[in-house]
Amino acid sequence: MAEYQNLFTSIQPVGPLHDGVPLPRGDWKRSGKPFLVHLFGRLGNAQIGPIYLGALGVASLLCGTLAFNIIGLNMLASVDWDPIQFVRQLFWLALEPPPPAYGLSIPPLAQGGWWNIAGFMLTASLLLWWARTYRRARQLGLGTHIAWAFAAAIWLYLVCGFFRPVLMGSWSESVPFGIFPHLDWTSAISLRYGNLFYNPFHALSIVFLYGSVLLFAMHGATILAVSRFGGEREIEQIVDRGTASERAALFWRWTMGFNATMESIHRWAWWFAVLCPLVGGIGILLTGTVVDNWYLWSVKHHVVPGYPHVVPAVVDPALLGGK
Amino acid sequence: MAMLSFERKYRVRGGTLIGGELFDFWVGPFYVGFFGITTLFFALSGTALILWGAAIGPTWNLWQINIAPPDLSYGLRFAPLREGGLWQIITVCAIGSFVSWALREVEICRKLGIGLHVPFAFSFAILAYVTLEVIRPVLMGAWGHAFPYGIYSHLDWVSNTGYQYLHFHYNPAHMVAVSLFFTTTLALSMHGGLVLSATNPGNGEHVKSPEHEDTFFRDFIGYSVGTLGIHRLGLFLALAAVWFSALCIVISGPFWTGAWPEWWGWWLNMPIWRS
Repeated sequence: MAEYQNLFTSIQPVGPLHDGVPLPRGDWKRSGKPFLVHLFGRLGNAQIGPIYLGALGVASLLCGTLAFNIIGLNMLASVDWDPIQFVRQLFWLALEPPPPAYGLSIPPLAQGGWWNIAGFMLTASLLLWWARTYRRARQLGLGTHIAWAFAAAIWLYLVCGFFRPVLMGSWSESVPFGIFPHLDWTSAISLRYGNLFYNPFHALSIVFLYGSVLLFAMHGATILAVSRFGGEREIEQIVDRGTASERAALFWRWTMGFNATMESIHRWAWWFAVLCPLVGGIGILLTGTVVDNWYLWSVKHHVVPGYPHVVPAVVDPALLGGK
Repeated sequence: MAMLSFERKYRVRGGTLIGGELFDFWVGPFYVGFFGITTLFFALSGTALILWGAAIGPTWNLWQINIAPPDLSYGLRFAPLREGGLWQIITVCAIGSFVSWALREVEICRKLGIGLHVPFAFSFAILAYVTLEVIRPVLMGAWGHAFPYGIYSHLDWVSNTGYQYLHFHYNPAHMVAVSLFFTTTLALSMHGGLVLSATNPGNGEHVKSPEHEDTFFRDFIGYSVGTLGIHRLGLFLALAAVWFSALCIVISGPFWTGAWPEWWGWWLNMPIWRS
């Protein structure tokens, strides 16, 4: 009855550490001497490092560190440089974008100018990291699928912090840096534009978010279940199907009448994960630019249910024309 | 018919939990089994009741159909069918079919000689559903606290329930759950992308090996979790996301009735800040 279920690695054989497949000429050398961490080996590979830095990586880290420090120092300044209050209030602190009066102009540093600089540095860091993602794949002769998935996430980031503010004509529309402040922004944009739950692109984005989690649970569990047949050697199973693939496929075929293949499940995975920020970005870009109130939009398109009138009718103040 | 080229040799008898060989057969691609019959019974009953609820409701508009739980005044008692009783029976059918489906997966795993990871993972989803529809309403003393069955009506429930606690994003378990949802999706994109990039390297390139996959991730971020590890990591992240989702809603109401932003007062008021 008791059967071995593959959850953790109980015996870790240790061989020579792997420096990685050779890099093409002209690349930098890899940095760091690889070492083993036993606890990591319980879950997956025990080996940490080496890492490839490269000009793009160094530039990205520089810009990112700069953005991180600008944000942190602005937060520290906001509690009058008191390190204890900085720790105490850390989750509440923010580097806010400029107030609406500045529109798209560059405000004084203390009026949100630091936000523009930090945002620029963070964006530069992300774009450089994207280029690095693309280049590392090409240098090893791999496809660029990860880079294009990353681009979908950058799209959502740019919609929130750049494209939509530009279309709205004000940096103040953008997201503040900070733990609770960015959550406040999320709630505020939802309330201001008639509840984002009525935005169909938001709904689709959540479908793909939950769908991604569902898919990874299904896929991870399936591969672990057939790992006794070598199922985790996916590339090998893709080019030369073995009993692990066959059993994995039949499990789902017998369960729900349909199965992916060892390769196509990764296409499902990639598309679900990519579509989450892709359609989410569309939803945010339309909010306030094209659609002013998603609830009224949904009433117009007959998708919201009629509820009993238990409170007096309220007129949306945004429709009264007042400033 | 409906069989894959390699399928016949896998269609063997046995592995059932209950019913012996009585239901040990396939219909088209589907395995049946005792729990296939119970799944079908509960799913068909539940669907029929939803259709009935829609028929006696005000609309056939797919987006607007709404089958609500009983009013709070019914507490934890049975309600008349039109007053939420339908919702109660549909919930029983839903749980019955979900549990049947999980047990049918166990039978299929046993038949194929594979691990039980999928039904184990699915049980987390069932737990989350039961937490929302049974455990939390029972703890709060009324079925009316459960969410209604309807596309937009369940979104309204989520919105209204969130604002009952003023700002649900401040719920610490919700923060962890959302972070895990995003992290799982990130990990999924990187896993899917990595396998596709190794097997579809572009014109003139050979298919790559796991050594290339490990090298890419070590070059990229200094660590590669490996072909086995990524599936453990993905499963763990996904299940943790579901677990914290269930946790974040079951503590809202039964254990914390105020506004979630106020919950953080304990941190701001700790004695260590006084100096």
